Amino acid sequence: MVSGVLDYLWLVPAFPLLGVILNGVLALIAERPFLLKEAGLPPPGGSHGHPSRGNSHATEAPGSHGSGASGPHSAPVYRNVVAFLAPGAVGASFVVALLCVLSLAARPPEGRTFVQILFPWIQSGSFLAPVGFQLDPLSSVMALVVTGVGFLIHVYSVGYMSHERAFARYFVYLNLFMFAMLMLVLANNYLLMFVGWEGVGLCSYLLIGYWYEKQSASDAGKKAFIVNRIGDFGFLLGVFLIFWTFGSVSFTDVFARIPLLRDSGVLTAGMATAITLLLFLGATGKSAQIPLYVWLPDAMEGPTPVSALIHAATMVTAGVYMVARSSALFLLSPDAMSVVAVIGAATAIFSATIGICQTDIKRVLAYSTVSQLGYMFLACGVGAFAAGIFHLMTHAFFKALLFLGSGSVIHALSGEQDMRKMGGVRRYLPVTFVTMFAATLAISGIPGLSGFFSKDEILWQSFSSPHGSPALWFVGALAAGITAFYMFRLVFLTFYGGSRMDPEVEKHVHESPWTMTVPLSILAVLSVAGGWVGIPASLGGDNRFEEWLAPVFRSVAAAGAHGAATGAHPSVSLEFGLMGISVGVALAGIGIAYFLYRLRTSKPAEIARRVPALYDLVYHKYYVDEIYEWAVVRRVVDGSVWLWQMFDALFIDGIVNGIADGVRSAGDRVRRLQAGIVGGYAFSLLAGAVLLVGYILYRSMVP
Amino acid sequence: MTPIAMDTGALVRGLYCILPEMVVIGTAILVLLADLLLPEEGKKRLCHLSVAGVAAAILSALWLGPGKIEGFSGMIVHDGMGLFFTLTILAAALLTLMMATGYSEWEGTQKGEFYALILLSTSGMLFMAEGTDLMTVFLGLETLSIPIYCLVGFHRGRMRSLEGAMKYFLLGAFSSGFFLYGIALMYAAAGTTRIPVIASMMRDARLYGNPVFLAGIGLLLVGFAFKVSLVPFHMWTPDAYEGAPTLVTAFMGAAVKAAAFAALLRVVLLTFPAILPAMSGVLWVLAALTMTVGNFSALLQNNMKRMLAYSSIAHAGYILVGLTAGGVAGGQAVLFYVLVYAFMNLGAFGVIMLVAQREDDGYDIDNFAGIGFRYPVLGGLLSLFLVSLAGIPPTAGFVGKFYLFGAAVRSGYVGLAVLGVLNSAVSVYYYLRPVVSMYMAPAPEGIPVPRPPRSAFSFALCASAAAVLLLGVMPASALEFAERSVLSLLM
Repeated sequence: MVSGVLDYLWLVPAFPLLGVILNGVLALIAERPFLLKEAGLPPPGGSHGHPSRGNSHATEAPGSHGSGASGPHSAPVYRNVVAFLAPGAVGASFVVALLCVLSLAARPPEGRTFVQILFPWIQSGSFLAPVGFQLDPLSSVMALVVTGVGFLIHVYSVGYMSHERAFARYFVYLNLFMFAMLMLVLANNYLLMFVGWEGVGLCSYLLIGYWYEKQSASDAGKKAFIVNRIGDFGFLLGVFLIFWTFGSVSFTDVFARIPLLRDSGVLTAGMATAITLLLFLGATGKSAQIPLYVWLPDAMEGPTPVSALIHAATMVTAGVYMVARSSALFLLSPDAMSVVAVIGAATAIFSATIGICQTDIKRVLAYSTVSQLGYMFLACGVGAFAAGIFHLMTHAFFKALLFLGSGSVIHALSGEQDMRKMGGVRRYLPVTFVTMFAATLAISGIPGLSGFFSKDEILWQSFSSPHGSPALWFVGALAAGITAFYMFRLVFLTFYGGSRMDPEVEKHVHESPWTMTVPLSILAVLSVAGGWVGIPASLGGDNRFEEWLAPVFRSVAAAGAHGAATGAHPSVSLEFGLMGISVGVALAGIGIAYFLYRLRTSKPAEIARRVPALYDLVYHKYYVDEIYEWAVVRRVVDGSVWLWQMFDALFIDGIVNGIADGVRSAGDRVRRLQAGIVGGYAFSLLAGAVLLVGYILYRSMVP
Repeated sequence: MTPIAMDTGALVRGLYCILPEMVVIGTAILVLLADLLLPEEGKKRLCHLSVAGVAAAILSALWLGPGKIEGFSGMIVHDGMGLFFTLTILAAALLTLMMATGYSEWEGTQKGEFYALILLSTSGMLFMAEGTDLMTVFLGLETLSIPIYCLVGFHRGRMRSLEGAMKYFLLGAFSSGFFLYGIALMYAAAGTTRIPVIASMMRDARLYGNPVFLAGIGLLLVGFAFKVSLVPFHMWTPDAYEGAPTLVTAFMGAAVKAAAFAALLRVVLLTFPAILPAMSGVLWVLAALTMTVGNFSALLQNNMKRMLAYSSIAHAGYILVGLTAGGVAGGQAVLFYVLVYAFMNLGAFGVIMLVAQREDDGYDIDNFAGIGFRYPVLGGLLSLFLVSLAGIPPTAGFVGKFYLFGAAVRSGYVGLAVLGVLNSAVSVYYYLRPVVSMYMAPAPEGIPVPRPPRSAFSFALCASAAAVLLLGVMPASALEFAERSVLSLLM
């Protein structure tokens, strides 16, 4: 039976969990004593070919990750076991997910929602939150992207992290992340989703701070965690409001009750706005949108595969998934939709401009990720949820590829991340270059590649959908041009031109091992062809991707956006026109990049000199971190210090110490009653007896 | 008067009903015999024999089951509540005897009479817990008390031991007088000493309004209050607890208290509702006084044994809160707490026995400085038991207090519950003092190495810890057992 496969859906998150347990045991038993022993030895200097986070301001502790004491030669056996177990677990869960999705696809479109309740988790009065999984077209896309891309990045990590000493610890975290992420996307209710939501946040924190001996890495981990807490608080409040309004937290119940509650007036537009804005606050934290995007660029302190997996392809898209999952709620509130669209568009262009001036290769990609996530929210905000998810998928392919490619470059250049010290590495890293170039074309929106179809779908929807407007389209198109510019700037600076590498570094430059290049190649194929499942009707396709998601976003169709999405006839010429403009903008961006970074390489510095104020503003990321530092962090710290000194130290401690002193002196007095004389004891006994009997008689006799 | 005919069937039924008691007494006699036969170096077999005997008694109690069996024309009954307390007392005795394997070796109590006294005292406790006639209860009380007097003074060479025993014995005799006189007055008023019969007569105003009867019940209460050391009848407790061999102290705290509370609960639950206003006032005041004085006296003790002695007074106060609340909920809470207290008290004493090298000043809190990190298992166990005594989740002490105070609130004694919670908060101070000392004070030079426990000793400690944790995390089945036991009494 084909449908029987679905009963094994629980295996999808179970495999990574098994990986966590097995690798965790190995990390504790095999790796920890090994590391402790290592810690006692003086770290041998100058090893080769491992990434040492190359921030100039970083203060690296001696004997940190940089010392790579165990080369591949002296690798203990347990590393081979880990290298097999960790990707194997994720691979197995990909296979199960694929089988489940195939058997789901065999059902008729209306029947494509499969819910598996494992056991009741929290049960209290009318509140019931089970541990249950829901596989429908939306979660199946997410599950496949997460396990598929996750598997490739696990394989890549085996090569990339081969010089690390805490090898098993890394894979424990990575497997734990996969488990949490799958809980997030497969959960059948908001509360279980929140567990996954928090779980991925934890893993993100652990992995950003993987090189915890380094101050900047552990700071970045904390920053990510704290900023996310703000969003999580909103998400949690949203879930409370959902339970309060709907009396349930499970997706199927909540969405099924919408019409009834709306008609009966319980679910007002105001309530829907409150719920959705709180949920969206959670999304801005997890998916790095204005105003909570500041943690993502710093998150690049983590190992590059982590950036690719968590901070590009999967975790940061959780917010988009959650908004799409709650599409029925968002559609109830036009205000919330506008907020989502405007925040998305603003984030898209804002972070794209920051990307122009960054010199750290990973930071360019980080701001690019923030910008692309903005596109996804723009799509959700104009009601084109399917387009948002489509872009989520294609972005997962090409952005993971870009990160892994940059990781390959960094790996080859002994940890160099500054693009000013690269140049011409195309000769040394042919596979990396070709695959990364494909991804750059894809993200720039060159027709025929995956990014083109998804981005164009979003731009078209933001223009034509009832929730859209020409202004949103304009911002999106402009951001697309900037995207093309900074991505080609990155490619030209890194791969073309003369070498600006340190001679010492240049001697060791080498193409990465197969465990890294094979995932790159597979992702390159996906970056090119991944968009072909969603070719719009106007280009002769049938947009199977949107058709697949249609049952989930049926309410979107009801709202009238669907007709436009499939290309309403009157506007086909308009659609072509807009498509042409956006391609033109992208080409212009590439052209400018070519002009500035290939033909007139002295020009960028000249421009920077001519508008120093503007350049400084952009170079310093609009001083947002500084503003936050001044307006929020400093206020919170000052307030906390005040509370600590005035309220805690004086008031609370005063009460506590006062009581303690009083109690102690009382204790001293009570203790003196005990003198040790038997006669006294007997007297006390007798007096007690007289009082006791006397009281009883008194109370009974005298009513 | 016709001579009483020997009813063989009734006799057999009666003996069947006291099967666990007989097993324990038989073991005591066997131990005394074996003591004569065994060579000096084989004396540790006596301990093993006692452990086996108590284990057999537990099995026989389980075999009797929770069904109601009356024996000796209703003088004694084996019912649900009897079973609950029988098991609690026997478990405490078993753990005590297991710890005795090590303690006797170090402290020279490897003697037949030591074990025989413990066993005989245990049998008295069982009689007390199952007695349905005031005379049976009194006999049980004396059977349990006299061996305990001897045990407290077992260290004949130690002044404190002798002093404690003497004080306990004198005051005990004094309180027995109250107890017996109370029974006599009640008999004078009611014409019977059978508890259920008195309970059925309590609806009659001629009885519950009778000052003779009321004086009798008051004096009876004094006798009980002495045994469970309620303030102001508690003065003997710190001296006796400190003087007694530590093992005996642990046993007294766990088992004697359980037996006395069993009998008290029977009397209170069955007879008090009719004279509620007077009695609840008395119990309220006793509970409040006992908790407060116990806790405040414990605050400044530097000797762990004395601290735990005052702590046991405070705990008697907590248990009395449940008695004051009365009803099924109060009874259930009392039963559960007595069980929990047996484990955490024995466990705490067990650990400090290992750490303290000698009696008296060995129990100074300074001796515990720094052992937390040096001996992580001991430190962890003692912390667990103390945290449970303080009533902090997820330990059994928390669940127990929660049910005690919860019952009080439900019966309308909110003030008493608040007082109890405040007292608990105060108690945290002295329970955490040893923990702070263990983990945060620097270890002095050459701190003594704790005594290596025998395997039975370790097992007893681990079993207590497991019980404290299990009853804290999954108390449902024990609570249900306690509830059924109380219902079986009231039905």
